[in-house]
Amino acid sequence: MIKVLNSLSLYILPLIIGIILIHAIIKKTPSYECFIEGASEGFSIAVKIIPYLVAIMVCTAVFRASGAIDILENMLKPIFDFFKVPIETAIIMFTRSLSGSATLGVLADIINQTGVNSYATKLAAVITGSSETTFYVASVYFGAVKIRKFRHALLAGILADIVGLVAAVLICAIFFLD
Amino acid sequence: MNYIFAFLLLFSFICAIVNNRLDLAVNSMLKSTKDAIEVAFSLIGIMAFWLGMVNIAKKSGLMNLFSKIIKKPLLFLFPDLKENNEALSNVALNISANALGLSNAATPFGIKAMENMQEQNKKKRVATNSMCLFLAINTAGFQIVPAVVLALLTAKGMENPSQIIIPTLIVTTIAFISAIIFSKLLERVFK
Repeated sequence: MIKVLNSLSLYILPLIIGIILIHAIIKKTPSYECFIEGASEGFSIAVKIIPYLVAIMVCTAVFRASGAIDILENMLKPIFDFFKVPIETAIIMFTRSLSGSATLGVLADIINQTGVNSYATKLAAVITGSSETTFYVASVYFGAVKIRKFRHALLAGILADIVGLVAAVLICAIFFLD
Repeated sequence: MNYIFAFLLLFSFICAIVNNRLDLAVNSMLKSTKDAIEVAFSLIGIMAFWLGMVNIAKKSGLMNLFSKIIKKPLLFLFPDLKENNEALSNVALNISANALGLSNAATPFGIKAMENMQEQNKKKRVATNSMCLFLAINTAGFQIVPAVVLALLTAKGMENPSQIIIPTLIVTTIAFISAIIFSKLLERVFK
């Protein structure tokens, strides 16, 4: 079952790209020109996240090199070991609800620390890919219409985040740990 | 974020002095700025490719088609938007754009949806049930293809980056569904 799903992962990208291209042909959309137009945004997005990446990667690097991270890791290690979760993924679990670019920086840090094919990297990648920054979204969307009382919106978002974290740990264990 | 940023750096410096590792800390601080640039630049290629592909879907009307399909089930989740067709369309477009990984395109739809919902809101300072549900769904971050993560994994040389797609899809779906359940349950508690 897991093997089937694993190989299915490989088909998703070609499938989506295929659907996009076939639909474009049917609708007589100039696919090449649209591609170029959209692709030209790639550079500006990468440049736009540089300040965020610098901020978070400097923080994590200093936090690690100074030994400050040992305090945090020693505190959390028993819990993480118990659930067979790599301790390196501790930081990303906090940043994911705060900032998307920061989480990406932490992911890059985890890759540098544990190697790109490690279990910690895979778990961190799934956590990053399945999260959206709860607090940022709340401030932008509610700020735009001047809502002051958020009621249960944040709580529901955070609870869903926690469920997502637990799900990420479980699903990754099923897929990537044998 | 301001406090976290300042606290992280200051706390690290104190730890570095206590642990007698100030040289290490300073060197890694300077070196990590270069790492950040490398990460950002390694994303350009795949980001460009994916944004190009998705732009085709946007221009050919595929994204609109998708949002039309999900409108019916959305009405079931947002019953008070029955008379507010524009709000419902914008919610659907926002979710479609997010699903494709176009968060930049999704935000304007999301803000418009909020404005549409605000029009029929009786207490302008208090969020309605639909607003809260919409926000919770958004924070769950439903995404079919995590393009940025794939870009980073590819740049760092992972053997088979697409292996994370299905697990990510399962996790994001679980988070999405639980966001709906939590909002529906909590809206009775927070009146």
